[in-house]
Amino acid sequence: MNVGEVSAWAAENLKDQGVVVARDYKFMCSSLGQELIQKDIKEQGLTRVVVAACSPHLHEATFRNACSRAGVNPYLFEMTNIREQDSWVTTDKEEATKKAKALVAAAVGRVAYQKPLESLLVPIDPNVLVVGGGIAGIQASLEIANSGQHVYLVEREPSIGGHMAQFDKTFPTLDCSACILTPKMFDVGNHKNITMLTWSEVEKVEGYIGNFTVTIRKRARDIDEELCTGCGVCWEKCPKKVLDNVFEAGMGNRKAVYVPFPQAVPKYPVIDRENCTYYLKGTCKACEKFCPTGAIKFNQEDQILTVKVGNIILATGYDLFDSHRITQYGYGRLANVFTSLEFERMSNSAGPTGGKIVQRDGKTAPKVVGIVHCTGSRDKNYHEYCSAICCMQSLKFAHLVKEKTGAEVYEFYIDMRTPAKTYEEFYHRLLEEGTHFVRGKVAEISDAVRLPGEEGKLIIQVEDTLTGNQLRVPVDMAILSAGLESRHDAKIVARKFGISCSADSWFIERHPKLDPVATMTDGVFVAGACQGPKDIPNSVAQGAAAAARVLSIIGQGEIEIEAATAIVDEVTCVGCKQCIASCPYQAIQYLEDKGKAYVQEALCKGCGTCVGTCLPKSISLKHFTDEQIVAEMIGAMKVMKSFELMEVA
Amino acid sequence: MMHEPKIIGFLCNWCSYRGADSAGMARLKYPPNIKIIRVPCSGRISPELVLRTFREGADAVMVLGCHIGDCHYSTGNHRTAKRMPVLKKLLEYTGIESERLYINWVSAAEGEKFATVIKDFTEKISALPPFVETMK
Repeated sequence: MNVGEVSAWAAENLKDQGVVVARDYKFMCSSLGQELIQKDIKEQGLTRVVVAACSPHLHEATFRNACSRAGVNPYLFEMTNIREQDSWVTTDKEEATKKAKALVAAAVGRVAYQKPLESLLVPIDPNVLVVGGGIAGIQASLEIANSGQHVYLVEREPSIGGHMAQFDKTFPTLDCSACILTPKMFDVGNHKNITMLTWSEVEKVEGYIGNFTVTIRKRARDIDEELCTGCGVCWEKCPKKVLDNVFEAGMGNRKAVYVPFPQAVPKYPVIDRENCTYYLKGTCKACEKFCPTGAIKFNQEDQILTVKVGNIILATGYDLFDSHRITQYGYGRLANVFTSLEFERMSNSAGPTGGKIVQRDGKTAPKVVGIVHCTGSRDKNYHEYCSAICCMQSLKFAHLVKEKTGAEVYEFYIDMRTPAKTYEEFYHRLLEEGTHFVRGKVAEISDAVRLPGEEGKLIIQVEDTLTGNQLRVPVDMAILSAGLESRHDAKIVARKFGISCSADSWFIERHPKLDPVATMTDGVFVAGACQGPKDIPNSVAQGAAAAARVLSIIGQGEIEIEAATAIVDEVTCVGCKQCIASCPYQAIQYLEDKGKAYVQEALCKGCGTCVGTCLPKSISLKHFTDEQIVAEMIGAMKVMKSFELMEVA
Repeated sequence: MMHEPKIIGFLCNWCSYRGADSAGMARLKYPPNIKIIRVPCSGRISPELVLRTFREGADAVMVLGCHIGDCHYSTGNHRTAKRMPVLKKLLEYTGIESERLYINWVSAAEGEKFATVIKDFTEKISALPPFVETMK
């Protein structure tokens, strides 16, 4: 578009709307640009400012501050979006210029009706809520707690640790996952500034940045945490074996009273009421009988806790893609098809097979293993995105299989993606270790014998896209490198915390490049895989980043909140209470004595739903009044109509 | 007869306005007819604002908000979802084609959907006679 033309046009045609000066400057958001505005305000005695530039979501705050510095109330500034919503989306240059004129006229029309507002300053509660005790949440909690602020760490499972606690080795260093994780878990458990709430879930979040009130349900463990020493007698004596579908990924058993794994933090077990014989049949209580400290407390009740925090970090992690969904891969039907998480547990020396890699029969070591990349990822039928960790994870599996069993290993990949420090080198190491790499997406895994040598094997059918050949590779074990997907309840959690989700239900960050851990809701941050698939180093980095963001807010001591709240005109209010019913925040009260509605400013979030509801038009929303919106609309309409007339003429 | 319709879009600040920004960031093209007015929530839009916009000669009005369940203000858009269909019916009743008022949900991530919605809607409205003519 021709910006110069727009500014010249505004200076000429919007004079009667109050435009004194119109300028065209390429980098208005730069300090020079801002100084230009400040200079004009002072020299020409401007009382209102309009900037036509990028989206107000990027620079409205910048220009509001600039106005403020020059003595103009920030609410007397208006920004119109002629980049994201005009020049970048319009093919025809002349049309874009015309649209910009209409948008500028709209903003000028509106700004005349804008009124100065004072934003409310509220103190920041220095306590922080971290939701999710995986590696991202652990890192965030430790950073904040080490700085001296208090953290409430809420974890849904009986122990913190998350997925990382389940893994055997981490790529590409082949560090033992538990060895590097458990010291951090221990630090969390023993930190004087961390209140750890495991087996707990957030029920409700109210308030706003600096002043959240969070309701947490601490589920009954049926254990007295004061008395329990974590000695383990209860789960030794418990007669009820339960298939552990969570921590052991269905590969092993646990008891009905259990800690998920030996290094669990906290050390207290949980009684699984769905499987406990006492809860099912009314007798047993073996754990209670043998507990040396009398810590077993059947029929404990859930506790509802309310905590006040100023900021929230969500680190709720991911779910593994359910490999059952790809029926042609046979998972669940063909015994020797394993998922990546099953393999992790099997390879883990603390896992159900004691670290032995064996077929489903529990004893036969595989001679040939096929690893199937992109199970559920990069596939329009399941998830279009790349799960980011599967290539490296598969390479790690290949190495472990080779090291532990000497088996021949095939990797079936679409593209090899190893884009991080020392990842590519790991790939090269695997190439040298003699792993076979077949470039192609696996079509099917079956046990249907067609050729000699396939008896008793799984046959992986794939097109080698480098040679163009159809291959049938007989293997003893297939490992599906399952992708990551958002938590099954991510949408519910997002709603609870007032943030948004992408189409794939990953939490949306404020800006994908420049604000990767903040969200659109002030005071709510995200870290780790809940924001999108990522590996451990990136999750740790985000955990620390979110902590830094939170600490910088706490450091400010107080924060401005939105001044655009609703207000009732008592003269015209008829007391119909429609607004009260419409308010999502219960911010409107009915004053019995006056028979009028009243808006509690600190609770009002400024959505304006009450305004849209009020028939006698007695409620208005500051900064979004009817006259401001109408003036904006008329401004745009006038210009559009004038162009139309010119065309007719 | 095709014409260049004048369209005013009321977009909520949190989802749809950002969806429009996303379309821009992805450089997706759509017709320039729509002029976007940012409001905090689609629930802010009263029937009266829509009618005022028609009175000024707009050929169509779009009200776009967050998907149900994703509203930044939790339930603000529930009001839109109830209010606007009623208004559409009333428009029809008064002789105004109800398709001149368009309601949809566009999330911040749905730049592509936004561009498609605008393209399709602009095309549809340009096939209708100008609003002022239908009012004569």
